[in-house]
Amino acid sequence: MDQFAVKVFVRLRPSVLDPAGEATKSASIKLGAEGIKSLRIGKMIEVKIEGNAENEVREKIDLLCDRLFANTVIEDYEYSLEKL
Amino acid sequence: MDNFIVGVVVFPGSNCDRDVSWALEGCLDIRTKYLWHESSDLSDVDAIVLPGGFSYGDYLRCGAIARFSPLINALDEFVKSGKRVLGICNGFQILTESGFLPGALTANKDLNFICDDVELDIVSSKGGWFNNGGEKQTIKLPIAHGEGRYHCDSDTLKKLVDNELIALRYKNNPNGSSFDIAGITNEKGNVLGLMPHPERACEETIGGTDGLFTLKSLILK
Repeated sequence: MDQFAVKVFVRLRPSVLDPAGEATKSASIKLGAEGIKSLRIGKMIEVKIEGNAENEVREKIDLLCDRLFANTVIEDYEYSLEKL
Repeated sequence: MDNFIVGVVVFPGSNCDRDVSWALEGCLDIRTKYLWHESSDLSDVDAIVLPGGFSYGDYLRCGAIARFSPLINALDEFVKSGKRVLGICNGFQILTESGFLPGALTANKDLNFICDDVELDIVSSKGGWFNNGGEKQTIKLPIAHGEGRYHCDSDTLKKLVDNELIALRYKNNPNGSSFDIAGITNEKGNVLGLMPHPERACEETIGGTDGLFTLKSLILK
């Protein structure tokens, strides 16, 4: 059985206000960083998972993303998958 | 009220379960029973309250982990049978995460945890959860939340408006909620989710009694 490393990125949808991102953007400007046009905060979830085939693993990760990792009412997700 | 029992769900991290139980038993003489979240036997309760708090430490998202508890899995049949479910604050978040109510609750627009009394307009009579038949169209209830900003897409909002599913709206929107929404019901009206805490407004000595009507509505058929 193969092992896969998955990195899931969960982000607030563009239409959803990200107050934490706005606050961090404001602090970044106070720090002296110039030129910041947008700053939004998401989550990254790392999963190591066993499976016989990549397709089978992708099915499981899709389910996890859709049902648990992200709330698709307000969040989008994408992930990268690497065979170890 | 001898035979009617309201189940008050206890998750790890719930912290308003005892307040709800006190308000129901002490102020309204309605019997309650605590339901541990790992129980899926709802056969001896007639209505359910999902209380406020921080179930599972609000890990991942508020209500996201609680959604997978055995009790919430058993809730589907309970709701379909027409029995009443009231989700307060974290309970509302759990109801949206688990799909019993549409939309989502996310961080307040100013990132503050807001603990205050708010004025609310009673919008809909669906489910009979609020007293809007008489003169009282506005009530005052306490709120206490960091992630109470109700969000939904425009199609969902239209559906909420068209089907009269918006139960409560903030008079002075404290958290940036879409359309000032503070509470909604499902289409049948037997499920209500709201961010304000009716159980904290059941005695004059603690600031008001505007929450009594909603808690008392749990016994409606």
